[in-house]
Amino acid sequence: MSAVIESHHDDHHHGPAKGIMRWVLTTNHKDIGSLYLWFSFAMFLIGGAMAMVIRAELFQPGMQIVEPAFYNQMLTLHGLIMVFGAVMPAFVGLANWLVPMMIGAPDMALPRLNNLSFWILPFAFGILLSSLFMEGGAPNFGWTFYAPLSTTYAPPSVTFFIFSVHIMGASSIMGSINVIVTIMNMRAPGMDLMKMPLFVWSWLITAYLLIAVMPVLAGAVTMMLMDIHFGTSFFNAAGGGDPVLFQHIFWFFGHPEVYIMILPAFGITSHIIETFARKQLFGYSSMVWAMLSIAILSFVVWAHHMFTVGMPLAAELFFMWATMLIAVPTGVKVFNWVATMFRGSITYETPMLFAIAFVVLFTIGGFSGLMLAITPADFQYHDTYFVVAHFHYVLVPGSVFSIMAAVYYWIPKWTGNMYDERLSRLHFWLSFVGVNVTFFPQHWIGLAGMPRRYPDYALQFADWNMVSTAGAFLFGASQVLFLFIVLKTVLGGKKATPEVWEGARGLEWTVDSPAPYHTFSTPPKVS
Amino acid sequence: MNNSAKKTLKYLSLAVFGMFFFSFALVPLYDVFCEVTGLNGKISQSEEASAYESQIGRDLTVQFVSHNAEQMPWVFKPSERIMKVKTGKYSNATFYVKNNTNKPMTARAIPSVAPSNANEYLKKLECFCFEEQFLNPGEEALLPVRFIFDSDIPDSINNVALSYTIFDITNYDEVEIAHHDMR
Repeated sequence: MSAVIESHHDDHHHGPAKGIMRWVLTTNHKDIGSLYLWFSFAMFLIGGAMAMVIRAELFQPGMQIVEPAFYNQMLTLHGLIMVFGAVMPAFVGLANWLVPMMIGAPDMALPRLNNLSFWILPFAFGILLSSLFMEGGAPNFGWTFYAPLSTTYAPPSVTFFIFSVHIMGASSIMGSINVIVTIMNMRAPGMDLMKMPLFVWSWLITAYLLIAVMPVLAGAVTMMLMDIHFGTSFFNAAGGGDPVLFQHIFWFFGHPEVYIMILPAFGITSHIIETFARKQLFGYSSMVWAMLSIAILSFVVWAHHMFTVGMPLAAELFFMWATMLIAVPTGVKVFNWVATMFRGSITYETPMLFAIAFVVLFTIGGFSGLMLAITPADFQYHDTYFVVAHFHYVLVPGSVFSIMAAVYYWIPKWTGNMYDERLSRLHFWLSFVGVNVTFFPQHWIGLAGMPRRYPDYALQFADWNMVSTAGAFLFGASQVLFLFIVLKTVLGGKKATPEVWEGARGLEWTVDSPAPYHTFSTPPKVS
Repeated sequence: MNNSAKKTLKYLSLAVFGMFFFSFALVPLYDVFCEVTGLNGKISQSEEASAYESQIGRDLTVQFVSHNAEQMPWVFKPSERIMKVKTGKYSNATFYVKNNTNKPMTARAIPSVAPSNANEYLKKLECFCFEEQFLNPGEEALLPVRFIFDSDIPDSINNVALSYTIFDITNYDEVEIAHHDMR
């Protein structure tokens, strides 16, 4: 675009500014989406490096590499960074890039809020990571930060942790307000709620969950702050409080939170399977209702994380049945994906490989979740590696695979270049093998009784821990390949067509590749 | 931004503040819930203990359990670990405490009952857990509990454990709380 032409337009039509200030001051949903995605990638690598420290220590029984105190800090930061720094910002980044393009809107509804909600995140994680260098070390109480470990017995850096959680929460809340306002008010004419792409639906529901529970998390850490510094006794039995109350409040946030990390994955998977099976998605409306039921049920199952705290039988039964009920809508989704693939003309490009792996491996994670939901059995599994295997199966080959699938699926639209199909398939297979070698044996050592969160273990767990560590390093190394593939695609490659994929549905495929800086300045007509 | 977007924004912001306050409302709700259902062995005090008195009682075994919260140096133990009582009759038990440090200290005991469904059939007329305990260095005391079980207590319950955890609250009124000194 020449300067002469530009001068004839108003400033809604200019291209991106130049230099670093473009990224600091940007209010463009595509720029902010890219920022979120790169930030989450950086956090994924940092959190991953911490996982490598954990697995290296567990390679053999006995103390090998790090001090137990440092091990605990790695464990805590790994969990916090992966949940709040990697998975959640990645989904927000995808929402920024895709939601406006999918609903035919020119941008997010609140662009400056969008900028703010991204740019406070690096500070939140800067504060959290800086606690590693403080006296007494970083938070060491696990990502669930149960009181009194996180209050009475916490290192002094806990105050910085609390502040950083407040900032992360504020960022998520602003991000989700933006998503809801955009979806509710800026859809192209003719796009009814039940015509919205499923990724948009999944994010609408996720955003409502975030608005409902992130303030509760903020409340929980505020109570901790008051217990630590202002002499209150929310979680201190001596002053009339109750540490179990902390667990209730935390998991009231925590259980919807785990669905926040999986619902957008459901949306992504639906799009990818639909495209590469070359069939319309089976059961669109049941997909929407399934996500809604999962979201609503997520508010009444939290105590299944705490079956062993000493609840009465009636409560244990209620939470057991309510939890198992979630398997019904989740099963509906899995069957719908399978039915979509059934008799489709499937091709196995990398996004589809990740999506199929998602369906299979997420279902394995779902089944181990059902096992954990059985109250009497949970007394055996509680706080063992079986739990670790379960939630890593739903989060790594679940959420993380779906994010990788989304990156491969939409990166031709973002950059205008096709990724390297050969290298990306290698990335998929290395990740697929790595994930399973890492986490599948953890089911067995968990059932055999290995407790989680210890830097050492009994000798009988040695073999499978060694296998698990080998898998973890394979998975970790293959993510460096992912970084290489993404950089290679950004810098060049075969040019992508606007449609990119044969038979891809959705408004985002009607604009050029790469997507122009401003899309849908005039709303498209949706029939 | 158009008006409907402003409206959505307003409702969502209200929801955020609402949920933040709801998280604090969970604190009293939790206590009320525990008290109504007897969960967690939380004990509700009532003046109507005399209604529990009756002639037709049955045998019940009561176990007394004492715990010291971390870094609470006092000696704290029940005078009798196991007691046979009759429901519908008042019983008395005592706990021995001694401040074996060289500074005056204040303590508070937090009670709990197991199984938790025994809780609604138990009334304590007098309990050291109702008030703070102050002991000078080297001082010892016998702390009383006077309680009664309702004869309506389910037949499935033959054993009830009354547990007390004693906490050091000497510095509690000062803003600088114990945990800073612990390190």
